[in-house]
Amino acid sequence: MKKFSKEDREVKLFVGPQHPGVTGNMSFEITLEGDILTSVKTHVGYLHRAFEKLMERRLFIQNFPLVCRICVPESDTNEENYARALEELAGIEIPERAKWIRTLVLELSRLQMFMRWIGGIAGTMGLGTAPQWSVGDRDYILDLFEELTGGRIYHIYILPGGVRRDLPEGFEERVLKVMDYLEKKLPDYDALIFENAVFKKRLKGIAKIDPSWVEEIGVTGPVARACGFPFDVRKEQPYEVYDKLDFEIITETGCDLYAMAMVRRREIELSIKLIRQIIDRMPKGDVWTHLPNVLYWKIPAGETYVKTEATRGEFGYYVVTDGSDKPRRVHVRGVSTPHAYTLLERLVPGMNISDFSVAIVGLQTCPPEIER
Amino acid sequence: MDIKGILKPLTAWKRAFQPPHTIEVPNKRTREAAERYRGFHVNDIDKCIGCGTCAAICENEAIKMVKVKDPQKGDSGYRPRIDYGRCCWCALCVDVCPTGSLEMTNEYTWVRESADDFVFIPGVDKIGHEEKKDKGYKKHEKLNFLNLERVPMRELDGKERVKSFAEVVLGYMEEEARKEAERCIGCGLCISGCPARMHIPDYIRAIAEGDDVKSLNIIYENNPMPEMCGKVCTRRCEFECSLGHLGEPVAIRWLKRYVVEQFDDLKKFVKAEPQPLNGKKVGIVGAGPAGLTAAYYLRLKGYETEIFEAAPKAGGMTFLGIPKYRFPIPSLDKQVELIESVGVKIHYNSPVTPDKFEKMLKEYDAVFIATGLPKGMSMRIEGEDHPQVIYAIDFLRKVNLGEKVEIGKDVVVVGGGNVAIDAVRVAKRLGANSFIAYRRRVVDMPADEEEIEATEHEGIPIYTQIIPLRVEDGPDGKVKLIYGKAKMVQKEGERRPRPVLIEGEEYEYVVDRIIVAIGQQPELSYLPEEIKNKIEMNRRLIKVNERQMTSIEKVFAGGDLTNWTADAISAIADGMRAVKGIEMFLNGELSWEKK
Repeated sequence: MKKFSKEDREVKLFVGPQHPGVTGNMSFEITLEGDILTSVKTHVGYLHRAFEKLMERRLFIQNFPLVCRICVPESDTNEENYARALEELAGIEIPERAKWIRTLVLELSRLQMFMRWIGGIAGTMGLGTAPQWSVGDRDYILDLFEELTGGRIYHIYILPGGVRRDLPEGFEERVLKVMDYLEKKLPDYDALIFENAVFKKRLKGIAKIDPSWVEEIGVTGPVARACGFPFDVRKEQPYEVYDKLDFEIITETGCDLYAMAMVRRREIELSIKLIRQIIDRMPKGDVWTHLPNVLYWKIPAGETYVKTEATRGEFGYYVVTDGSDKPRRVHVRGVSTPHAYTLLERLVPGMNISDFSVAIVGLQTCPPEIER
Repeated sequence: MDIKGILKPLTAWKRAFQPPHTIEVPNKRTREAAERYRGFHVNDIDKCIGCGTCAAICENEAIKMVKVKDPQKGDSGYRPRIDYGRCCWCALCVDVCPTGSLEMTNEYTWVRESADDFVFIPGVDKIGHEEKKDKGYKKHEKLNFLNLERVPMRELDGKERVKSFAEVVLGYMEEEARKEAERCIGCGLCISGCPARMHIPDYIRAIAEGDDVKSLNIIYENNPMPEMCGKVCTRRCEFECSLGHLGEPVAIRWLKRYVVEQFDDLKKFVKAEPQPLNGKKVGIVGAGPAGLTAAYYLRLKGYETEIFEAAPKAGGMTFLGIPKYRFPIPSLDKQVELIESVGVKIHYNSPVTPDKFEKMLKEYDAVFIATGLPKGMSMRIEGEDHPQVIYAIDFLRKVNLGEKVEIGKDVVVVGGGNVAIDAVRVAKRLGANSFIAYRRRVVDMPADEEEIEATEHEGIPIYTQIIPLRVEDGPDGKVKLIYGKAKMVQKEGERRPRPVLIEGEEYEYVVDRIIVAIGQQPELSYLPEEIKNKIEMNRRLIKVNERQMTSIEKVFAGGDLTNWTADAISAIADGMRAVKGIEMFLNGELSWEKK
């Protein structure tokens, strides 16, 4: 029998940029030996919209319709980060209630993102019912956003100086109603997904991370917490009103996709708990402090880095101003950049091709935030 | 074997019979979007002033201002046209709109055959979503991007004021001025209100940016008496300010005042470089705002200009009429000094006589007359020639010239205009118990609202609906003003109700002086008989065309003498127009034959 050399046995395959197994527009050049992946090269650039550069040519306020598009499903993190950076540079103090509302929006946003992720991860392994449930339930949160901000996906609600509108009449009760509904449905999700034998089998032991990589690569969020690292910006460097909320950082020790999934599963409950706390403790008052004339608003020269805990991990904005009415430079730290490049490239050797999509979604990579 | 994990997912079947989340749109029912939903744009076309702020804030350049009607005061005539191929529905345009005319409905479906339909002018192009106007993203009264509150101006306390002629308004400090200037959104609608078309947004922006010298020079482009305007202008610009629709207009007048007040010696900072003399001479009668403006800018263009002024100082009514607590002498001197420094010759104490006027017509290539309205109008009632009846304009002139004026203890001022208010406030400062008697109501008073308010602060009463009937001698050397009460009658087709005397009732004021302030008229005795008979008049004023040409060859006129608005900034505007007219005339582009 003829013996094939390694080169002959290997197949190179291009996955993406349009592929049902890839979230967003991103492509992977994979090398296969049979069913087993031997290496991967991540290619981005299909979604590049030059946001960071565009922002240098726009007034501070005009950048808000841009920043919310940096991570499409989780726009509020971007808005909050950019607004907070500007407030820090311009020395604007915002009203207390605005901070509480911002935190509420961020947590609601996190919650809808988790629902979306359930759909994503279940979908990639062919479990069709869960996406239908979770995407439907996510829409109840989007309804809340629609009512609060006037938009379902792009909220453009958090601006420097506070938030654009106060809560509508009776909004708190409607939030709690949705929270009750989700909480009641969580056991069903557990039965359908998290305790599902297929789900467990497909995730346990897959994409096992060496905990020493976490600090080396800059892994954050649920991925790092699944390796036992209690990294959570909400606790480490509390922003808005996270220091006034009671919660513990959720960690797991499995270091694999299942551990990451379980961190997210538990964080769904945490988010619901935080939303209840926020509504319970939110003070009355103004939600907006007057900005200088936004059309000619100049911010003194300076630079700052602000960060938040997005659903996927540490999301940050590095903003430089030069005293003019436009930012000199804005750099966004997209959480998934290290996840989709270095981490994925290290995890892939030895992985079965059928697990590849699951791993991409399991790490919750988000191409729009990789390419700003 | 994970039996539990295999069986548990099957429990999902229990949800199979639940109604779905989704709504079948549009087959079964449609879901109404939230009250705050950012749907399609609607624009209240009458409320919109075409300021273009929506287009300025739009980062997508989805909004273009297009002309839909002729411009009017405070309305550019342009309206936003929105391109739904570019719009991202962020609603920044709604939050920045200074009138609140631009809003969004909560509609979210719009089907058209042609993609061109999605470029439309809300309010002009009917798109069928207008009815849903009560719901959708609306401007919030507090949560918008505009700073609607003006930085308050500091003033002397009312009780302090009446003790002297010290300036009442104290002016902005630097920080206050910058803050106030920052409010301006730069729409430029104020320019439509200013008779002199000053470059208001530009100089306000310069103040906001901390460049007072630049601001001063922009101001001097078309106003040689900015400190006067900064203190006493009728500020028509502020009434057109787009911020005034929902809040307080930018304090344009106070900002101008601030800039000029920063410089003690204007000559060092105003870049006024007169052209070398071109050999042509222009003679000007009257050194009021119109005459000074014409002289200054003509001199800058290289014409030799000479002004003949009857008073010992330049300034015209701004010197003789306006009380010093509003416009002090040093402020005036500073500006006149600059005007003289460029080479304008002013002959003080030189009243023009008919002979001299004839000579001027021969000596000069053009003559500009701007002698204003120096005579008071009569009440035309019995006994008005009583020695204790004086005219406000004469009274103010005497006070401003430093003459001693004896007015006694009790003084009634008849009239409701700015001159009446000036007279009553001056009389108060001279120690009299002065008050106003006006024939209409307070709301009908032509005087500036601020001035009316000032009388209140200074404890000056205003009595209204009073019609003077006759003047009689009173007891102990006093004088009696007999008056009747009026009722207000609104007639159809008339703008405001007119006072009608209630017959049969008579009342009286027993006072030391009656000051009449019911209007002024020109004094044209310096014109030769021939010209006086020939010159075309417009009732009591001289008729001029848009280049300030009178019906007499070589003679231009301006200021209160030709202008019914009778304020300083209109006089300056007349002066600017005369500069253009005289320049064209002397270059042969304009002549009396072609007029």
